[in-house]
Amino acid sequence: MSLIDSLPRVRGLKLPRADGLIPWIVPLVIILIWQAACVTGFVPARVLPAPTDVALAGWKLLLSGELVRNIWVSFWRASVGFVIGGGIGFAFGLANGLSQLSSKLTDTTLQMVRNIPHLALIPLVILWFGIDESAKLFLVALGVFFPIYLNTLHGIRTVDPQLIEMGRVYGMSDGELFRRVIFPGALPSIFVGVRFALGIMWLTLIVAETIAASSGLGYMAMQAREFMLIDVVVLSILIYALLGKLADSASRALERLTLSWHPAFQKH
Amino acid sequence: MQEALRLRRSDAEVRDRTNFIEHARLRRHGAQVSSRGLPLTIRNLRKSFGANEVLRGIDLRIPAGQFVAIVGRSGCGKSTLLRLIAGLETVSAGSVGFGETAAAGDVRMMFQEPRLLPWARVLSNVEVGLGRERTSADAQARAEKALTEVGLGEKRGEWPAVLSGGQKQRVALARALVSHPRVLAFDEPLGALDALTRISMQLLLERVWRDQTFTAILVTHDVAEAVALADRVLVIEDGLVSHDVTVDIPRPRRRGSADLAALEGSILRHLLQSGDDLSEK
Repeated sequence: MSLIDSLPRVRGLKLPRADGLIPWIVPLVIILIWQAACVTGFVPARVLPAPTDVALAGWKLLLSGELVRNIWVSFWRASVGFVIGGGIGFAFGLANGLSQLSSKLTDTTLQMVRNIPHLALIPLVILWFGIDESAKLFLVALGVFFPIYLNTLHGIRTVDPQLIEMGRVYGMSDGELFRRVIFPGALPSIFVGVRFALGIMWLTLIVAETIAASSGLGYMAMQAREFMLIDVVVLSILIYALLGKLADSASRALERLTLSWHPAFQKH
Repeated sequence: MQEALRLRRSDAEVRDRTNFIEHARLRRHGAQVSSRGLPLTIRNLRKSFGANEVLRGIDLRIPAGQFVAIVGRSGCGKSTLLRLIAGLETVSAGSVGFGETAAAGDVRMMFQEPRLLPWARVLSNVEVGLGRERTSADAQARAEKALTEVGLGEKRGEWPAVLSGGQKQRVALARALVSHPRVLAFDEPLGALDALTRISMQLLLERVWRDQTFTAILVTHDVAEAVALADRVLVIEDGLVSHDVTVDIPRPRRRGSADLAALEGSILRHLLQSGDDLSEK
């Protein structure tokens, strides 16, 4: 009996409440070890402050309103950049997946641009946009564009041609064929792109805010470094981790909602 | 008697649409059993893919409501013939005619694979078969009726992924039937099923054909299936109809009976013999 055979039974045995807690055991253990190491003096506070100190710094910033403002600014930049870049990527993916002409016209160019690391454009972007909002939005949008473009294109190109033929035989118009066959068929792949893009979104934003910004989480961390507020630096890093997790959970929830037909997402 | 009642009931539902055609046909053919099916006339049909000529001049007349089976070795062009009839390919030369103009939804095709949309519930998959009428008010009721006809009424809310192979193929049949087609083309729809499921599917096909009286064209590589179901078996070799066998064994036919076995044997002998000739060349 292989491990894979035993998987469904193990799943059936789990209690739903305990099920939700299991993923948090490892982070919790890490924090406990960290706290112990700091309290015993094994790790000096100048290198890494204790979790309690970080929490305290977080509490202070929360009370002053600075934390919420910076998170909100970063969140706003991330989502606006994501919507712009993702929207354009999705549109190009659709166009190039559905039209040979469009694909011939733009795909080569896009593939060339894709190979430029978008963070390499930071100096140029600062010259173009200064340290304005548009600089950050531009970088995030550019970073998010490619994973969504590539996966949308791939999803549409790999829709089962037998289903498309079936749709045509049953008299579906082009619009209907897209709505009922092509788009749902491409959706699993599009979601892969969205999850990749979310990771790149945070990465880009933090780098951009660290280098050129006057607000946001990256700026907060850089300011704290100037004043040797190491607890605030660690706090910012932890918030990145939480925000990343939050974005991933949101996309998973959306996945479960829209891909409930998929055998991989069916609950039994 | 029961059979007759069932026939009438399924007819009554479509009477509105076909009343006129039905009358016309009765006037023409007098007392002949009325059929909703369309007759099929194929004249000197040719089809080439590049330099490869798959069909080399097929001439065929299929009367309305007949159940025709097409058998042949793989690659003989039988599936191509079916796809041409269903309008999935364009003819290279010759013509396929249905006696009168076939409206959308009159000619339906059932594939070897179920080809269900995995992201649509069973009932929505059946509604796809309604073609342009799928937005009409009674679409759901018609889909439910077709689903009940193939015995899957209780599966209407399921995802296709949870169905067995035979059940998926039955949903595909319901999808093909829901628009009340007048010609139904089957491209080895039972090829991938196990032996027992196959036989029950054959009985189901025969029953819906009798109930709905469409013209049925079944491509199969199983000669036993062909003689059990069809009024007429066409053997295709090298892109030509080499044999046209009428199966006048009364229905319901008993599987494994001596008559069917004898007929199956003679068709098989013919197929094997010509295959040997080919290999000697």
